[in-house]
Amino acid sequence: MTRAERRKAFWERNRKSGGYLLRKKIGKVLYSLGRAILVFGLCFLILQPLIQKVALSLMSDSDLYDRSVVLIPRHFSTQAFENAWRQFRGSNPTPWYTFWDSFKLSVAVGLFQTLSCTLVGYGFARFKFPLKKFFFGCVILMLIVPPSTIITPLYLYFQNFDIFGIIGAIRGDGKGLNMLGSATPYLMMCATCAGYKAGLYIYMMRQHFRNEPKELEEAAYVDGCGRLRTFFQILLPGARPMMVSCFLFAFVWNWSDQVYMKVFFPTYKWSLVSTKLLGAASTFDGENIAKYGASYHTPEATLNQLNAAAVLIALAPLLIIYVVAQKSFVESISQSGIKG
Amino acid sequence: MSQDTNKLTDGLVDEIAQAEDAVSEAVDTAEAAADDAGKALTEASAEAAEDIKVAVEEAEDAVEDAASDVIPEEEDDPFTAAKKSAFAAAKKNPAKENKKKRRAKNLEKGNAVAGFLFILPFVIGFLLFLCYPLGMSVYMTLNKVSATAGEGLKFSWLGFWNKSSNFYWIFRVDKDYIEALVEELKRMLLFVPGILVFSFFMASLLNQEFRGRTVVRAIYFLPVILSAGVFLGVESNNQLLASISDSMKEENGAAVITQTLEKVLLSGETGNTFFQYVIDIVGQVYDIAMASGIQIIIFLSGLQTIPPSMYEAAKMEGCTGWESFWKITFPLISSMILVNVVYTMIDFFTRTDSRLMTVIDNTLLIRFEYGKVAAMSWVYFLIIAAFLGLVFLIFSRRVYYYD
Repeated sequence: MTRAERRKAFWERNRKSGGYLLRKKIGKVLYSLGRAILVFGLCFLILQPLIQKVALSLMSDSDLYDRSVVLIPRHFSTQAFENAWRQFRGSNPTPWYTFWDSFKLSVAVGLFQTLSCTLVGYGFARFKFPLKKFFFGCVILMLIVPPSTIITPLYLYFQNFDIFGIIGAIRGDGKGLNMLGSATPYLMMCATCAGYKAGLYIYMMRQHFRNEPKELEEAAYVDGCGRLRTFFQILLPGARPMMVSCFLFAFVWNWSDQVYMKVFFPTYKWSLVSTKLLGAASTFDGENIAKYGASYHTPEATLNQLNAAAVLIALAPLLIIYVVAQKSFVESISQSGIKG
Repeated sequence: MSQDTNKLTDGLVDEIAQAEDAVSEAVDTAEAAADDAGKALTEASAEAAEDIKVAVEEAEDAVEDAASDVIPEEEDDPFTAAKKSAFAAAKKNPAKENKKKRRAKNLEKGNAVAGFLFILPFVIGFLLFLCYPLGMSVYMTLNKVSATAGEGLKFSWLGFWNKSSNFYWIFRVDKDYIEALVEELKRMLLFVPGILVFSFFMASLLNQEFRGRTVVRAIYFLPVILSAGVFLGVESNNQLLASISDSMKEENGAAVITQTLEKVLLSGETGNTFFQYVIDIVGQVYDIAMASGIQIIIFLSGLQTIPPSMYEAAKMEGCTGWESFWKITFPLISSMILVNVVYTMIDFFTRTDSRLMTVIDNTLLIRFEYGKVAAMSWVYFLIIAAFLGLVFLIFSRRVYYYD
């Protein structure tokens, strides 16, 4: 049927239906048009700050003060990116080292958190043991404790680290270890499910294992497979997608975390992307003062431009990861939502 | 002698078997009679049924008598025990039963141990890195904590409630904290319903078929990354952006339209507070959109589990869209609402860029008042816990689970 024929048939049918078909068609088109506008507008709402930042960071100095320049700079300049990139250097030879350190740390944190939370999530999903509800309540408690409540005690704790006086007894002077400044304390916390947002990962893994069919394990038990082997050989392969998303979340959130990073990785010893980003504006200011003298004030606009560029630089690896692995971010959440 | 006893027990077992046969026969007939009685009840008069029942009872009594006759009552007989056990064995096999029970118990025990071993990392982490700091911070709330260089922290006891205690200070002396706390709670009342409505709306939009759906979904999940941790902190003091958007508003006149609308709505006599509430939410739509990435996905997954046949059936029965929303969608998604409310509240309370956190940070970093910071955090934490508990109590009874 050609197009003209189809159109003719439509009008024929419309005439027979007394105009109902046309009205319905118009309503449908209007509805999807309205929806498209709404969806586009809301997408713009989310993306607008990113677009704004890209525009802002590419402006030259004269554009910053030109009110007629809003989104597209008149004179392009990469000066802001160069300045921002320098701020990530910290105590390292080049800024690349900072990114490499952050990357290594986030991978380690992600791995530790994923593995420990998978074990714990499986324990909560499949076994009955006394005080199970109490312990799960503890997981929820862990989620809702604001970090500011425990951060000072944690700092003191690791300054003089000692488990029931054992380490003090071994060392002989009754004093614990000062573990601050190394990655060990935070990795220890991650390996024992006490890291940043660990409660959420436990919840996600538990939800995953609960949705897995029970017959799988029963068949393994009947065939004489032990509990540990069942877990590693039967259930872990199936849990791989969920573990990948747990890892990605842990990686991303650790990359941008400032609360724990500030405490466990002080800037005088460690240069991490998140802590350097936080101090980028002030280090740039310091740079300018060293260059032009103490009376020099870096203009507010330039500082904001620097911040925008620095955020874009720090965000770039995450955006790449997100574009590549978008599916496992979104689908893990939709899976864990099922059955509350 | 042993042969004799054997014979005796054999004979007894035979007798018992016979008696059992008799019993089962009698029971069969009785059951048949009862069946008949059931039929009779519907057909004949109740009297006849009564007669039959009596007859059945009599028959059963007789059977019991016969059975007790079969077992000889010799109390001092040394073989009574053997006979009894033989009788019991004929009924069922207790040894086997015991073994089964024990095995089940062992399995249960093993499961409990295994489960505990699986969650052991969490238990260790919880005790070492959460319980201990929490306990320590409770202790800090009751002390004046001062830092001295090289010495670490020094504690001096203050008590819970007196002129110099930390709690007295934050409730009676320091105005900033209480103000920030009240503001935070007000914002929560604005934010949580706003996020719920917005994310549900977005989820139902994304649940429809249109081109580029996955791209839109990906964009909506982006704030989970964009508004995490340090990026938000840098964002919030970015003043140039704010001034740019202000100038944009002035030029476009967009703000003028919304302001006029606001004035018109607020000049009405009734429902002022309601309109003010809605306008407040609309004014913060950007913050709300940035905070609802995960909630949208959770709602979306909930909507996708509802079978479309339900809506079709409802439509056939003449349900309007409005009715099928309240009668089908809403109940089936109620568990998601609970999850989302809890998640939103936790997310809202633990974010680090609120005014309350600024107050706490300032007390810590400028005044070095560790005890007061601990007290502030604890009051905040207890309020969060109370709110969450309340929400859970209210919602969890009304949640409907399909399966």
